[in-house]
Amino acid sequence: MKSGRNAANLIMDDREEGIFRVHRSAFVDREIFELERRLVFDKAWLFAGHVSEFPKPGDFVTRKVGGRPLILVNSDDGQIRALLNTCRHRGNLVCREHKGTGAEVFRCFYHGWIFNTRGELKGIPGEAAYSDAFDREALGLEPTPRMHNHRGCIFVSYDPDIESFEDYMGEMLKVFDNTLDQGDMEFSEGHFEYSMRANWKLLVENSMDGYHGAFTHERFFTHFMPSVGMSAGLPTVPPIGSKDDVPTIYAPVELGNGHVTTRYPKAGVYNRSTPYYEKFANEDLQKYRALLTQRHGADKASMIEGGSGNYLIFPNLLIIDGWHVFRTFYPSSPDYMEITGWACLPKEDPPNLRRHRLDWYLGFQGPGGFATPDDVEALEGCQMGFATYKEVEWSDISRGMKGNLKGGPSELQMRVFWREWAARLSGSPHAAEHDD
Amino acid sequence: MRVATAITRQQVEDFLFAEADLLDSWKLNEWLALFDPERGGYYIPTMDAPNADHTKALYLIADDMVRLKSRVAQLLSGTTWAENPPSRTNHLISNVRITGQEGDAILVQANFVVYRMRFQNIDPYIGKYHYQLLPHNGSFRILERRVFLDLEALRPHGKVSFIV
Repeated sequence: MKSGRNAANLIMDDREEGIFRVHRSAFVDREIFELERRLVFDKAWLFAGHVSEFPKPGDFVTRKVGGRPLILVNSDDGQIRALLNTCRHRGNLVCREHKGTGAEVFRCFYHGWIFNTRGELKGIPGEAAYSDAFDREALGLEPTPRMHNHRGCIFVSYDPDIESFEDYMGEMLKVFDNTLDQGDMEFSEGHFEYSMRANWKLLVENSMDGYHGAFTHERFFTHFMPSVGMSAGLPTVPPIGSKDDVPTIYAPVELGNGHVTTRYPKAGVYNRSTPYYEKFANEDLQKYRALLTQRHGADKASMIEGGSGNYLIFPNLLIIDGWHVFRTFYPSSPDYMEITGWACLPKEDPPNLRRHRLDWYLGFQGPGGFATPDDVEALEGCQMGFATYKEVEWSDISRGMKGNLKGGPSELQMRVFWREWAARLSGSPHAAEHDD
Repeated sequence: MRVATAITRQQVEDFLFAEADLLDSWKLNEWLALFDPERGGYYIPTMDAPNADHTKALYLIADDMVRLKSRVAQLLSGTTWAENPPSRTNHLISNVRITGQEGDAILVQANFVVYRMRFQNIDPYIGKYHYQLLPHNGSFRILERRVFLDLEALRPHGKVSFIV
C-alpha cells in the first residue's frame, strides 16, 4: 500500500482489551479496491440470480456479476447456464437486452456470429475464409469458471479452483436452507437496481447493523408503524441524550468463512413481520401456516416462519429474512456501488398474504421505502466524512466485545465480516478465527 | 355529459404546474390536499416491470392514502434524514395530453424531468406521469398519480426519497 501499510494492519483487533477498529483508508484507497477485486470478489461464490427469473427454456437475463457481464440463460436442453457475455470473435456484448423470453439463438450484431442458448458457436458468416487451425468448437460463449444451482439460487465463481459451494457455505447452508424452506421460492416480478455513492463495505455493515435502527429509522417506528395501526415494536427510539440501553432483538452468530447471521433460526421466535400479516392477512397466513406445518411438522414450521435475522453470505449477499429481501452489490470504485434488490417469496402464498408481504416490504425496504433511503443518506454521509481519513484514521466497531451484552446490540456480525476480509487481503483463503 | 369534452388541456396544465410548484416549495400538506382523501393513490412501478400489479409485484412506491399521508408526515417531520435538509427540486412538465376518461376520472399523460440537487450532485429523474383526475370545484382532485421512470436504473440517483 502507498503508506507502506499492509492489509493486516488495516484492522486493529485486540480481543483481550476489547478493541476493534478499521482504518478508513479501507473505504477510499484505490489500491485496496484493486486487491478486493482480486482477493475477495474473484475468489468467492457470488450470487447471480434465481431460476424464477428465467423459468423456461429460451428465457434469459443479463446482468453484471463481480464486474463481468453475464447471460443467465435457461438453455434449450433445460440446463441453466451462466455465460460470459462477450463474443469470442472480437468482444462485443452478444446479448444486449436486460431480459427476454423464447430466445433461440444469441447473435452478435458486429460480424453476425451466432450462438445457441447453450453458448455453442453455430454460425459464422464466410466461414470458408478461416484456416484449418481455426477451431469453431472451441469458440462457444465461455461459461463462468464455476456455477452452482442451489435450490434455484444461482451462484458463480471466477476462481476455477474454489472449494465446493457446500464447503464454502459450511454452517451457513442451514440458515440459507431455512429461508428456502418457506416454500417453492420465486423472485417476484419487479426488482430494484439502485446505487450509493459509498464504499460497498459500508452496506455490508449497515445491512446487519442493529445499533442504527432506532436512530436512522426513527420515522419508521414513530410514523409508519402507528399509521398502519401497529405498535412500534423494538427497537424503541430513546430520547435525545439518553444513555439507556438500546433494546435489540439481535443475537449474532458467526457461521464460518465470514458468513454470519444476526439471529439463528429456532422454533418459537416471532418474526418482526408476523404481527403485520396477522393484522392484514390473517386468514391467508393461517392457510400458509397449515401448509408449512403439514410439510415440516410444527417445530420446523415455526422455525421457518420465524426465520433468521439479517444474514451475510460472504462477501456480498445480504438476506433480510423478516422482509424477504435478497440484496447484492458491487463496487465500481472505492466510493460507488451498484445495488440489486429482490423480493424472494413463496409461490404458495395466497393472494392477500402475497399482497401484504409486498406492502410490508415497501414499508421499510427499497429506494422508495420508509427506511432504506435514510440508509443511503447515512452511508453517503460516511463516505463524504472519509475525506478526512488522513486526520481521522479509524472507525470503531467494538460494541459487545469481551462478551459484553449490556447496552444493546453487539457488532460481532461486522467484526466477522472484517476478519474474513482482512484475511483475504493478506492472501489467506479464510480467517482462522472469526468470533470474538 | 362526457366530462372529458368539457375539460381543456390548459385547465389540466394549470393544475399540474400548480402541483409542481407545491412540490418544489415543499408545501406537502397542501399537495396532499389535492388527492381524493379516500381513494387517492401514488404509485411508482420498477423500471423493469412498469405494467405489473402492485399486489403481486415489487414496486418502488405503492401508497394508498394511509401511506401517502404517512409519507408526507414523515417528510415534514425532520426525521426523514434522506430529505433533511430538504433536497432542492425542480419539476419540469411537458407534452401534456388528455388521453381519455375512466368512470368519473379524466386520464392525463405528461412527460417530466425532475432535477434533484443535493450535496453538490444533480440527479435528473426522467419519465412520464399518468394521472386520473376527478373534476372538483372548477379544478381537479387526484385519484391516481402513477409515475413511470424512463431511467434504466436508479443510478446514480440511489433513492426516491422526495415526491417525484
